[in-house]
Amino acid sequence: MSELIRLTAAELAEKIHSREVSAVEAAQAHLDRIAAVDGRVHAFLHIGSEAALASAERVDAALARGAAPASPLAGVPLALKDVFTTSDMPTTCGSKILEGWQPPYDATVTERLRAAGVTVLGKTNMDEFAMGSSTEHSAYGVTRNPWDTTRVPGGSGGGSAAALAAYEAPLAIGTDTGGSIRQPAAFTGTVGVKPTYGGVSRYGLVACASSLDQAGPCARTVLDAALLHEVIAGHDPRDSTSIDRPVPDVVAAARSGARGDLSGLRVGVVRELGGEGYQPGVRAAYEASLRLLEKLGAEMVEVSCPHFEYGLAAYYLILPSEVSSNLARFDAMRYGLRAAEGRSAEEVMANTREQGFGAEAKRRIMLGTYALSSGYYDAYYGQAQKVRTLISRDFAKAFEQADVLVSPTTPTVPFPIGDKVDDPLAMYLNDLATIPTNLAGVTGMSVPSGLADGLPVGLQVMAPALGEAVMYRVGAAFEAARDADEGGPLIARVPEVSA
Amino acid sequence: MTAAVELVDFDDVVARFDPVMGIEVHVELSTTTKMFCGCPTGFGAEPNTQVCPVCLGLPGALPVVNRAAVESAIRIGLALNCEIAPWGRFARKNYFYPDMPKNFQTSQYDEPIATDGFLDLTLDDGEVVRIGIERAHMEEDTGKSLHVGGADGRIHGADHSLLDYNRAGVPLIEIVTKMIPDTGARAPEVARAYVTALRDLMKSLGVSDVRMDQGSMRADVNLSLSPRGSGLLGTRTETKNVNSLRSVERAVRHEMSRQAAVLDAGGEIVQETRHFDEQTGHTRAGRRKETSEDYRYFPEPDLVPIAPSSEWIEQLRGTLPELPWERRRRIQAEWGVSDEEIRDLVNAGALDLVEATVAAGAPSQEARSWWVSYLAQQANAREIEPADLPITPEQVARVIELVSAGELTNKLARQVVDGVLAGEGSPDEVVAARGLKVVSDEGELVAAVDAALAEQPDVVEKIRGGKVQAAGAIVGAVMKATRGQADAKRVRELVIERCAPVSG
Ligand SMILES: [Zn+2]
Repeated sequence: MSELIRLTAAELAEKIHSREVSAVEAAQAHLDRIAAVDGRVHAFLHIGSEAALASAERVDAALARGAAPASPLAGVPLALKDVFTTSDMPTTCGSKILEGWQPPYDATVTERLRAAGVTVLGKTNMDEFAMGSSTEHSAYGVTRNPWDTTRVPGGSGGGSAAALAAYEAPLAIGTDTGGSIRQPAAFTGTVGVKPTYGGVSRYGLVACASSLDQAGPCARTVLDAALLHEVIAGHDPRDSTSIDRPVPDVVAAARSGARGDLSGLRVGVVRELGGEGYQPGVRAAYEASLRLLEKLGAEMVEVSCPHFEYGLAAYYLILPSEVSSNLARFDAMRYGLRAAEGRSAEEVMANTREQGFGAEAKRRIMLGTYALSSGYYDAYYGQAQKVRTLISRDFAKAFEQADVLVSPTTPTVPFPIGDKVDDPLAMYLNDLATIPTNLAGVTGMSVPSGLADGLPVGLQVMAPALGEAVMYRVGAAFEAARDADEGGPLIARVPEVSA
Repeated sequence: MTAAVELVDFDDVVARFDPVMGIEVHVELSTTTKMFCGCPTGFGAEPNTQVCPVCLGLPGALPVVNRAAVESAIRIGLALNCEIAPWGRFARKNYFYPDMPKNFQTSQYDEPIATDGFLDLTLDDGEVVRIGIERAHMEEDTGKSLHVGGADGRIHGADHSLLDYNRAGVPLIEIVTKMIPDTGARAPEVARAYVTALRDLMKSLGVSDVRMDQGSMRADVNLSLSPRGSGLLGTRTETKNVNSLRSVERAVRHEMSRQAAVLDAGGEIVQETRHFDEQTGHTRAGRRKETSEDYRYFPEPDLVPIAPSSEWIEQLRGTLPELPWERRRRIQAEWGVSDEEIRDLVNAGALDLVEATVAAGAPSQEARSWWVSYLAQQANAREIEPADLPITPEQVARVIELVSAGELTNKLARQVVDGVLAGEGSPDEVVAARGLKVVSDEGELVAAVDAALAEQPDVVEKIRGGKVQAAGAIVGAVMKATRGQADAKRVRELVIERCAPVSG
């Protein structure tokens, strides 16, 4: 295995910018790695070797001319979740209905990555239209967890997380609607951040649930996530929900956090996410994490968020409602799959949707259609929106008592492939701890906190809207202390994937 | 299927039923770009050339509200005496249709930008009717389907359909009246007057080109009949997309007669949409609304709320032009014309023209006279609007000026106008080219009079004998000799002068 793929993004960038290593070598090393292991992991749906090498060549050429790197990550390879439009690669969202669809435009995130000189290696697998917690709901097959290839990598961004853990890419982009960045991060021993709602543009991000979706960085270290965060974040006039305020200085925060001092900082331990019903290994890792934070000088305070327990129910009304409307455009009229049979436009639409959508997508479309229908709106959607307000208030109150809040990211370690696929409700429970941040629009991250039965476990750190700096500071401090305790990063212990 | 029924005579309908109307008018705004993207909105472009990921609803594309459209909506609301909402959201109206790119229409559902206003109409007899405005809200237009291979472009029997999304995303304002009761026999006239007044208002605000023939303004007429004096509300039908002022009137009239016939036959009115047929003047059944369509409205999560500040609203109020009815009142006072006269001008489509002619220096009396008589006839003969005649108000004013200066007679002036209309140039050029100047050279006139007198000595005798009215024959001969270019009054004076008994 090339040593290049073991480097963090920050280390690799330094070598590329000092021209010790070329961007093309870095890209090639990762493409080779993908060729070697992706048959087993199946993190990728499309590999864009040519475009990746061409992009890397441009970075090398600019550096050779003596130009400054376009960004601190110029020349570093990245894996892009297949939910972002790319004008040089298909975008399928893990769905048959978009099989082979080549978008005519780039998402804002894609544009910003290109402008930063980041090498986009390809598009990663995901649960269909970002709906799922295991990446088993992709129309193109499951992604496997590099820690144990009989297990799921989490979802919906399992492909992005698995690509990091399998050393196929040092950086990845995900989207998080109810935990789809943080839960796979926890399951793969990587770092995943859901920025403040509106912090990263949604333009060109194929919508799951518009009011919850948030694009964010995935990496193997907190600093790498911060570097990527800065590349993709910031106001976009094409997304009216995008925040027109300066991006928090997350890189500086991550660097200062890595020095390991959290004195003066109040860490809120959310009573309702305290490990009740969590696997013993997960609980043990969490308790150890709390002790570690205390050791770093943080003042630990218990906070109560009484409405979090209704979060899951509210989420599973709001999300399907928006999904039912957002996915209506997949009707065979302008792009994507078209069923051959049907005597009228309506029949062609119906047959296409029948053939093109998987079970989970259909389930949610039907739930949402029902929840929005007249006579039920107030009882379901309206009620869920009220819960959402109450959860926001819980957060606001808690953030009066604490600078950040913590919880385990997931209640379990990665579960075996096929274990929950026929039990949607059990699957939904996996996002219990991550969902409240999406409902309230605040920011959250998952940092590896330890292993339970040899499988990764994550610590969730949450901060108020636009409070990313303090969150990155805490994440980096925790990561540094944990690495010191463990004698190195946890991710180094991921077993070698055999093809 | 409802069996064909004999229509009930209109007078009979209103003797026994009270019509209750509601009118929804869609107005396409003439913003340069679409409601939620930067695509151009021009009419008549090649299909699918004015589209982008946003208005095609491509996966991932997001809408951004067009500020100019919101400004137009607020100005329309203010002109209709509405309250402007200080805060409101867009909503999604969900339904599947091939020409709707996202299969939802972004609209304002329970949070319209403007509510609770009114519009006063002056009917032909001078009666003023106040129409309550329920709301005006913003939404986006859909694309267009073209059905190929079937009869008269209908989907039934077509072998394929083509979709043009150029119109998808064009900003629309939907203006909805409150229930309009108690119009009786005037219902058709009120409906037409309302749509006309709205059209004039949109025009004066400059927010739309209101071309009903191109679909940039279209009316839906809701109508029900209630047995006279019963106070009971009947079942209503909705006649969709009526696209001319005359059709609005005809559709109301026909629907009243048809509904009365159904009721008389013991039938029930079906709540349905109907289409107006220009050819027959009848409405025919469209989609049945047995159950109300479930649009699953919910707040549009891709857009932030609109919250116009009171400063912004007041600033927009300051941009309102003189509204049509204010202008009519002002002009009426300035020109000293009656209600009837001003109405005739408006109905003849000549108010703007007369005003421009007056602005170019002509007295209002003459300006009106030209536009509502001779020029109106000319337009009529050509089957065009007076405004489309190839003569400008400035040219008409010049003709009037020449007449009042005595350089043209009325008869000559009409010839000058004919010349201008025939493309012979400006009034002065026509006068010069056709040699149409009044003969004002006294010597020339005297010579012509003397020549005529010499030819008719018997008439001269009569005049000298005191029969002054006989002078007409001489005047006629002089006018003929000068090809009408002499001032008849002066000729007459000269004849009498020359025939005076020789004194002394
Ligand atoms: Zn467009």
